[in-house]
Amino acid sequence: MIGNQKARHIFLSLIRRWIFFFFAAEIVFFSITGTNYFSLKNLQNILLASTTVLLLATGETFVIITGGIDLSVGFVVGLSSVVCAKVMVDLEAAGLSQTLSISSGIIAALILGLLPGLVNGLLVANFRVPPFVATFGMYGIAYGSAEIICNNVPVHNLPTSVASMGHGYLFYWLPGKAFTFLSKPENLTRMELKDLISIIPNVTMITFLAIGVFAFILAKTKFGQHTYAIGGCTTAAERAGVNVKNHLIKVYMISSFFASLAGVMYVLRFITGRAPAGSARLLDAVVAVVIGGASLYGGTGTILGTVIGALIIGALEIGLVNLAIPTYNLHIAVGCILILAVLVDQFSPELVHRED
Amino acid sequence: MVDKKEPLLEVKRITKKFGGLTAVDNMDMQIFPGEVVGLLGDNGAGKSTLIKVISGVYHADAGEIFFKGKPVRIGNPMEALKIGIETIYQDLALAENLNVYSNIFLGREMLKKFLGLIKVLDHEYMLNESKKVLDQLEIEVPSLRNKIRTLSGGQRQAVAISRSIYWDAKFLIMDEPTAALGVVEQKKVLDLVRKLSSQGVPIIIISHQLHDVFSVADRLVIMRRGKKIAERITAKTTPDEVVGLIVGTLPGDYDNINNN
Ligand SMILES: Nc1ncnc2c1ncn2[C@@H]1O[C@H](COP(=O)(O)OP(=O)(O)O)[C@@H](O)[C@H]1O
Ligand SMILES: [Mg+2]
Repeated sequence: MIGNQKARHIFLSLIRRWIFFFFAAEIVFFSITGTNYFSLKNLQNILLASTTVLLLATGETFVIITGGIDLSVGFVVGLSSVVCAKVMVDLEAAGLSQTLSISSGIIAALILGLLPGLVNGLLVANFRVPPFVATFGMYGIAYGSAEIICNNVPVHNLPTSVASMGHGYLFYWLPGKAFTFLSKPENLTRMELKDLISIIPNVTMITFLAIGVFAFILAKTKFGQHTYAIGGCTTAAERAGVNVKNHLIKVYMISSFFASLAGVMYVLRFITGRAPAGSARLLDAVVAVVIGGASLYGGTGTILGTVIGALIIGALEIGLVNLAIPTYNLHIAVGCILILAVLVDQFSPELVHRED
Repeated sequence: MVDKKEPLLEVKRITKKFGGLTAVDNMDMQIFPGEVVGLLGDNGAGKSTLIKVISGVYHADAGEIFFKGKPVRIGNPMEALKIGIETIYQDLALAENLNVYSNIFLGREMLKKFLGLIKVLDHEYMLNESKKVLDQLEIEVPSLRNKIRTLSGGQRQAVAISRSIYWDAKFLIMDEPTAALGVVEQKKVLDLVRKLSSQGVPIIIISHQLHDVFSVADRLVIMRRGKKIAERITAKTTPDEVVGLIVGTLPGDYDNINNN
């Protein structure tokens, strides 16, 4: 009897972690069916392709745990990318050094990126506007503002070192000959260049650094605890002395910050700023959070789950490209995974809600 | 033991309206050190609303609150908690997605330094302290790591009570604390009320169980339609008289004044 229960418990907790198996199965499947899918280069491509979804989903996790949703992030990415690129171009044209122009662009985008979150937070917390409505309004405002700033055309002609940053890797390894940090070994022959192994894209490193910091905040700090408490029972949090309004404003600003960071990463990767950059990723980000175990009713969710959720989508996308399957199939697949995630959640209430 | 000189808490002419409805109407009330006051009244009389004004959940439309003789502004629940006013609400208000000890420490989490500089939650400390307070109350909960949503009504009540006890209440408000409990648990809660009051903690207890209230309260305040209509020393009244006052078959002491 007890053995039976134990087996049941193990079985249930395995189901609860289904996304890890799903992710592993996905990698195995494409590694067998695809060509060179399971290679360092391709796995790093998956990480790179997942950049926007990873960042948006991490910020969105905080919002969804409080029981809200942030739809504005889709276009905050574009707004931030346009501001970032435009500041870089204008400052360089004004005669500033590349380093100064680039860092000003990045800082300007990240600071401006907090603004939509502040407004969203104020509307939701102080004026009791439903999150769906407040952030949907901001979605339009961010898009329009971005188009005004860039005059309806993508921002091009960025400082040349943007590319070396955005396309750079943390380490370069020429087996047996050289191992360098941040820049390629010098004086490589064409053959050597072909053999050069690039390890960890800069963009991925920054992405995971930001995610890591906020995963820590959510899991370990008072701020994280209050985020869960508000999602579980706002009244309880309020009566326990939590300043719920302030907290919600901060949460929407975190989401907005991640969206603007995604905008900056977009500029580094594609050397341009575009108003609709990343807007198509909004749905993927929300799906990643839900696959990752967060409930849209609030109260549950983890950054690790969200990251796996985002990587499931990224691995699928690259896998379909690898198999030369048209990518619109991705949307069908993502939709199916979302429904699967919700079904697993529905039919396993006891295991989802047991202990920490 | 009961020092009648200066009330620890005094509310004066408190009024609270919800739109056109006056839930609490010009209420006066005093609670002296070490005293247990039973706050009685029919459903909708305004008892919960009054105590929510005292605990900072609602802002009164008029009136003043004095604590130890000084006027205090209780603008939000944290300000009440800081003064030492702990409240067990009728609707409990626990975060169901958090575990037992996280709820006991909610809003007042114990932190420790991580790597010497970042403050993180000290789960072990909160777990052990919660264990102590639950043991002290002889409350049994399967595991303090269990989420609230897995607990029964009585267990939840126990958690809510432990939370307010843990924080060294200077003043305790209990809104129907025995409503969800079985007979044995009810008795435990009443024993606890007596114990706390013997330690000098004044308590306001709201309950429909007149028998319980008579067994613990020193004084009774009776409300009807938002107004205080009578006040009695428990030893000098009877349940029959109190029921009459609650439902209105007996006239209240202040009825004349109110009608003029
Ligand atoms: N948040 C609220 N909004 C509107 N009306 C309320 C609210 N809370 C209580 N009331 C009303 O105020 C009156 C007093 O309620 P309450 O204080 O809960 O009474 P009691 O606790 O004595 O049963 C009732 O008529 C109730 O419907
Ligand atoms: Mg009530």
